[in-house]
Amino acid sequence: MAAVPSPDRPVVERWYFRHAALVRATHWINAVCFVLLLMSGLQIFNAHPALYVGEQSDFDHPAMSIRARLSENGLVGETMFAGHSFDTSGILGISNEDGQISQRAFPSWITIPNNQDLATGRRWHFFFAWLLVLNGLVYFTWGCVRRHFDRDLLPSRRELSHVGREVLEHLRLRFPRGAAARRYNVLQQLTYLMVVFVLFPLMILTGLTMSPGIDSAVPQLLTLFGGRQSARLIHFLVASSLTFFVIVHLVMVLASGVWNNLRSMITGWYDLGNPRTPDVA
Amino acid sequence: MSLEHPRRRDLWWAFAAISGLALSGSGRVAVAPRIRSVLNAASSFTYKMQRLLIGAHRLAPEYSEADISPAFRPNGSIDPQDEDYLKLVGNHFVDWRLKVHGLVEHELSLSLEQLRALPTRTQITRHDCVEGWSCIAKWSGVPLSEILLRAGVRPEARFAIFHCADTLDDGESADPENIRYYESIDLIDAAHPQTIVAYDMNGAPLTVRHGAPLRLRVERQLGYKMAKYIMRIELVQSLSGLHGGQGGYWEDRGYEWYAGI
Repeated sequence: MAAVPSPDRPVVERWYFRHAALVRATHWINAVCFVLLLMSGLQIFNAHPALYVGEQSDFDHPAMSIRARLSENGLVGETMFAGHSFDTSGILGISNEDGQISQRAFPSWITIPNNQDLATGRRWHFFFAWLLVLNGLVYFTWGCVRRHFDRDLLPSRRELSHVGREVLEHLRLRFPRGAAARRYNVLQQLTYLMVVFVLFPLMILTGLTMSPGIDSAVPQLLTLFGGRQSARLIHFLVASSLTFFVIVHLVMVLASGVWNNLRSMITGWYDLGNPRTPDVA
Repeated sequence: MSLEHPRRRDLWWAFAAISGLALSGSGRVAVAPRIRSVLNAASSFTYKMQRLLIGAHRLAPEYSEADISPAFRPNGSIDPQDEDYLKLVGNHFVDWRLKVHGLVEHELSLSLEQLRALPTRTQITRHDCVEGWSCIAKWSGVPLSEILLRAGVRPEARFAIFHCADTLDDGESADPENIRYYESIDLIDAAHPQTIVAYDMNGAPLTVRHGAPLRLRVERQLGYKMAKYIMRIELVQSLSGLHGGQGGYWEDRGYEWYAGI
């Protein structure tokens, strides 16, 4: 039976071209850059696994630190955050490396390279930082020219008023289908705007603030972030936020149809569902 | 159902496969020489971009007396055991001379007293270690440009090399000269007003831990550039003849020669 157009159920094309080629290309380049930057960033963090507030390091009073400590029960991994200590043996501080106890802040399986090698970690980090920035500039320029941001990411007043309902729907892992799936929902819009216009720019700016060369050219960055060590702390916290975003993003991709999402981010085509079958909600 | 051109689709798979390989085998891939040479391209790009954007004369931020770190962390060599250096320490550096040679019109040999008689600059600056920490101190010394002016830099010179007294590796080498600390900077940084060879730290003569009797300050770069225990300054056209050819002790061990980042 063919779909019958009616006022309350307009005919919806099944295949919707959701992502432009440029969005797909920059998305995947960004994804690779992010993972490699995170892993090489943790390598760099491991060289001095403590973070401070201000311009310089008050070695006895870090805002956060990860270390190995000798206790009466032997070596323990201790993570300190804002005055509170946690035993993180096995993951942070000390970890198991081929049957040996290894004293390192982040374990070897999550750092690039695996062994303690700050020089190589920096090479990876700065190479992919450049790639991330250039890729981001291409995406940003294209987004402005093609009005991607105000058309697809900026929620309307009506969409904004649905925030509460969307949160509930997401918590029940219920996602829009049919015509409603053509647009990003308001939670996606707000999250992506935050990631694109707040978190990634913060990553880049705090990263630049750690460069003594850049500090001589743009000392305002130090004022903006409250000093070089604060910039390093913010860099770490925003990287953690982005990691949290990526985890939620992946869960949502899995929950809302992994193949459909993957296909649309690879080929552009998104399956809105067969219009003949009523939405199973 | 894909409307993609097949060749473009192949490209995507190739990209995905390469990324997957890089991520899963990153441990081994990360240090492969061919990959390293690709990654190193980013360092020279950073150098060119920073030289372009920052310019030759922008000053590193300077701080107030109140900002000086109560406990400035010494790093690298902190107690060199080299015999000739220990002799100099024993004699309070009376026999020490700073030699300036290489592509210069007049070779110089300067005692600490002669250095202290040259124009002075004092600056309170932040020291950023490549490991990630920062400390602030007050440094006094002679602007390197004043020394180079007196030596007369020959037009073909491109870099200043700092040869130091300390052996950083504890490994016994047949030729200990090979592993004494060395560093180099370009003539843009050498002529920068904040680039000084410092003899005082926080108002007192440098201690051994911090590089007595003379250390370099290159305020727009990281700590490993700021050679301690300086014995000679050599002007050269190329860095290829210096040990591993990368321009410094840590550079020959994988670190960036340009450490403005």
